[in-house]
Amino acid sequence: MATIQQIGENEQHPDVALVASARTGDVQAFETLVNKYDRQIFRIAQHITQNKEDAQDVVQDAFLKAYEKLDQFQGNSKFYTWLVRIAVNESLMRLRKRRTGKMVSIDDDIETEEGSVPRDLADWSPNPEQNYGQAELAEILRKTIQGLPHGFRIVFVLRDVDGLSTEETAETLGLSVPAVKSRLLRARLQLRERLSRYFRKKKAGEK
Amino acid sequence: MTCTEFLALLDELIDDDVSAETRSLLQVHLKGCEHCEVTLNTTRKTIEIYRSHEVYELPDSVRDRIRIAILARCKHGC
Repeated sequence: MATIQQIGENEQHPDVALVASARTGDVQAFETLVNKYDRQIFRIAQHITQNKEDAQDVVQDAFLKAYEKLDQFQGNSKFYTWLVRIAVNESLMRLRKRRTGKMVSIDDDIETEEGSVPRDLADWSPNPEQNYGQAELAEILRKTIQGLPHGFRIVFVLRDVDGLSTEETAETLGLSVPAVKSRLLRARLQLRERLSRYFRKKKAGEK
Repeated sequence: MTCTEFLALLDELIDDDVSAETRSLLQVHLKGCEHCEVTLNTTRKTIEIYRSHEVYELPDSVRDRIRIAILARCKHGC
C-alpha cells in the first residue's frame, strides 16, 4: 500500500538550516537546495507547460525568484512547497505567453465528467509495464497524462508522484481541500481508464 | 454498500485514510464485487507506475547548465 513519508512535527526539516545559511549569502547552501529539487521542479513545470524549453526556463526562474525572496519565506511552510508554488505560477505565466496572452489558471478545462465512473473493468495483466520497452512505456505514460486537463494533472503529480499531502497540495495551488480531493479522485480514475487500453489482459486470440 | 459509495471512498482506501469500521465495510463490498476490486487494484497500479517511472527526464548536461546559470546570478545578486 502506498504510504507517504512524513517527518515528525518536532523534528527540524534539513532544509531549514540550508535556507538559513542561504539567507546569509551562502551560495553553496543554496546550491544544495537546487541540486535537491531541480528535477522535481522541472517535472512539475513540464507537466504544466508541456514544453521542454519553457520547463527548463521555469527551473531557472523559479530558483532565482526563490533566492531573491528568501527573506519573505516563512519558516512555517516547507521550503519545497513554497518553491513549488513559485514554480507553478511561473509555469502558468509561460503557458499564458504561449497562448498569446490568454488567461490561464489552474481551473481551466476541468468541466469534464470523463472517467468519473470506471467503464473499462477488465483486469490488467500482472506487471503490465513489463510488456513494453522502457522508451515505449515512457511514451505511453507521457501521452496518457498529457490527455488530462492540467488542473487534474498537477494535483496528481503533486499528491501522487511528489508525495505532498492533500493540505500541502491545496495550499500550494490555492485550492480548497475538497477541490484537491475531488480532482485527485478524477485524475486517478481517468489515468486508470486510459492506461487500461494498454495494460488490460488480452482475451484469447486478441493481439 | 453500493459501488458508488465504494468509489466515493476509493481515495481514502488507497491513501489508508479510513477508520477500521469503514475499512471492514469496504472489504465486505470488495469480496462480493469483482468490478470494484479491479478498479481498486488497477488504480493502485496506475499510481505505482507513475511514481516509479520518470516521465520527464532532466539530462545532467542541462541540469549543470541551469545550475551554473542560477549560481552565477546569485553570486552577483539576482
